[in-house]
Amino acid sequence: MPRYILRRLLYSLILIVGLLTAVFFLVHLMPGDPVQLIGEQELDEAGRDLIRQRMGLDQPLLQQYFRWLGQCFRGDFGTSLSHGRPVTQVLAEALPRTLLLTFSAFIVRWILGIVIGVSIAQHPGRRRSRLLNSLGLVLYSLPSFWIGLVLIMVFSRNFGWFPSGGMVSPDALWLSPGERILDGLHHLVLPVLVLGVGNIGPVVRYGESSLSPILVSDWVLAARAHGIPERMLIWRHSLRGAMPTLLTLAGLSLPGLFGGAVVVEKIFAWPGVGLLAYQAILTRDYPLIMADTALVAVLVALASLMADLGCHWADPRLRLEADGEDVR
Amino acid sequence: MSVARLFSSSSPSVRHGSTATTGGRRDLQLGLVLVIGGLALALGAGVLSPEEPSALGASGLGMQPPSSEHLLGTDPLGRDVLTRLLHGGRFSLLVGWVSMIVSTLMGTLIGLAAGLGPRRVQRFLTLLIDLFISFPRIYLVLLLVAVTQPSLMLLISVLSLSGWMAAARMVRAESMMLRDREYVAAARGLGLSPWQVALRHVLPNLMPTVLVAASLRIGQVILVESFLSFLGLGAQEPMITWGVMIAQGRAYLLEGWWLTIFPGIAISATVLGYNLLADGIRARYQHGEAPTEGGTDRD
Repeated sequence: MPRYILRRLLYSLILIVGLLTAVFFLVHLMPGDPVQLIGEQELDEAGRDLIRQRMGLDQPLLQQYFRWLGQCFRGDFGTSLSHGRPVTQVLAEALPRTLLLTFSAFIVRWILGIVIGVSIAQHPGRRRSRLLNSLGLVLYSLPSFWIGLVLIMVFSRNFGWFPSGGMVSPDALWLSPGERILDGLHHLVLPVLVLGVGNIGPVVRYGESSLSPILVSDWVLAARAHGIPERMLIWRHSLRGAMPTLLTLAGLSLPGLFGGAVVVEKIFAWPGVGLLAYQAILTRDYPLIMADTALVAVLVALASLMADLGCHWADPRLRLEADGEDVR
Repeated sequence: MSVARLFSSSSPSVRHGSTATTGGRRDLQLGLVLVIGGLALALGAGVLSPEEPSALGASGLGMQPPSSEHLLGTDPLGRDVLTRLLHGGRFSLLVGWVSMIVSTLMGTLIGLAAGLGPRRVQRFLTLLIDLFISFPRIYLVLLLVAVTQPSLMLLISVLSLSGWMAAARMVRAESMMLRDREYVAAARGLGLSPWQVALRHVLPNLMPTVLVAASLRIGQVILVESFLSFLGLGAQEPMITWGVMIAQGRAYLLEGWWLTIFPGIAISATVLGYNLLADGIRARYQHGEAPTEGGTDRD
């Protein structure tokens, strides 16, 4: 088993270096360079050259590439052109906000999704089950930016129940700590709804399809005959068998979660790394774009590593097999 | 590893009998109706629509709520929303279909090579697929679209190049299952080249999978395209698309709700059609739970 973990770690490392390489070459092979685009009025050619020199853009591409890799592993990404502060600082402020959003959405999606999936698996073919399944598919087909707008239209503009964007109220500074937490939660509801419930369909479906064969298996029948309560049978024993499938799906869903966060952050003016990336792209803030993209890519790679290791832990068969076999 | 295993034959998920198949048939029918209906409406937009898409309101400027004269209301310039809705589908469908074809072809070929090729190729391509999947695609798309001048060609190429992975992964997983079947071994034994085996003998058996991937992909492309157009990074103003229409309605969210609601319904119904189609094909032609789109999110 340690051999498998080592291999998987090595694979992740290769993947991460590959991702960083991709980010670098994508940005650098783009037509035009960042310096051309900043301050077109105030700068003459000599001034631009000076900035190029300072940013190291006059060096050979390969040298710049290795410098970029070095920067990544040291966690130093230079200065943001639009914020005038170290990129690391800007990102460090935005990342927790995105993690709050994505993590909450993730929890909502999975808890709700599995509960619904289980109820469908328990009563296959019932009308309610079919209805829930179709509902999942419909939700899956709605554009999330549009769901966001509709929610804002109905619940914020029309009823005034929830704020239409941002993370805190303008008067948050004058609130007590308790009220501030409530205020934060209040702002969190609509964005999490969009990000969490919009993509619940696949979770429901996988929850159901990995559970239903288990529920008709012999050992469940035996357990039922032994008088184990149905609730325990499902939540403790059967779901455990479905774990590897669900963990894998959870790992696979992460890139989409962060991608979806860009949309949600844009619609709800949520000041996280997604909105930051969008603004950085519009202002051609190259150091920030590169660092932001690299950050999200690496986060996704690490999280799917965790999902895979979790899978390994949840399924004893994998643990026994894997040592004799290739990682992928 | 785990992905391939999840989707391999040992995965313990057999759809239970008859209810699933009738449900599948209904999905297929409804999906086909939506898909064909959408195509027909978009192609026939010129004939069907009550007014010229850019004709300013004859009955005066200004937004009007839905009425018998303008079934879906008019926009702030007095233009008929229904007319614009009919024309707005063309761009999305064009982008969706073309980039679906490109990325499905790419994905199928890469997936076949990753499932059947020599070991070294398999490993490399698997890494490549993982690399592209882990990369936050929306960042890539935004970057490419924002830095260069937005154009139809660019949009199509970006969406094609960023969308082949799901097909590749599904084809890879399934071809690995078929690899050891007797008829494949027989074809190999007859001395056919690896590509002949892959294309003539394995691929035909993968067609349902490929169709499912393709159908799902169109839906996803339409969603991404509409978001980009909404941001002003896809289609530009004189061009009418659903995303552009929603962006225009954003300033009138409450007092002009019809500007936001109807284009959104059009997008959703179109995407739902392709998703239902994918589901229907899956239920009809595949045994067991098929490899899905590889991820839960739309982008």
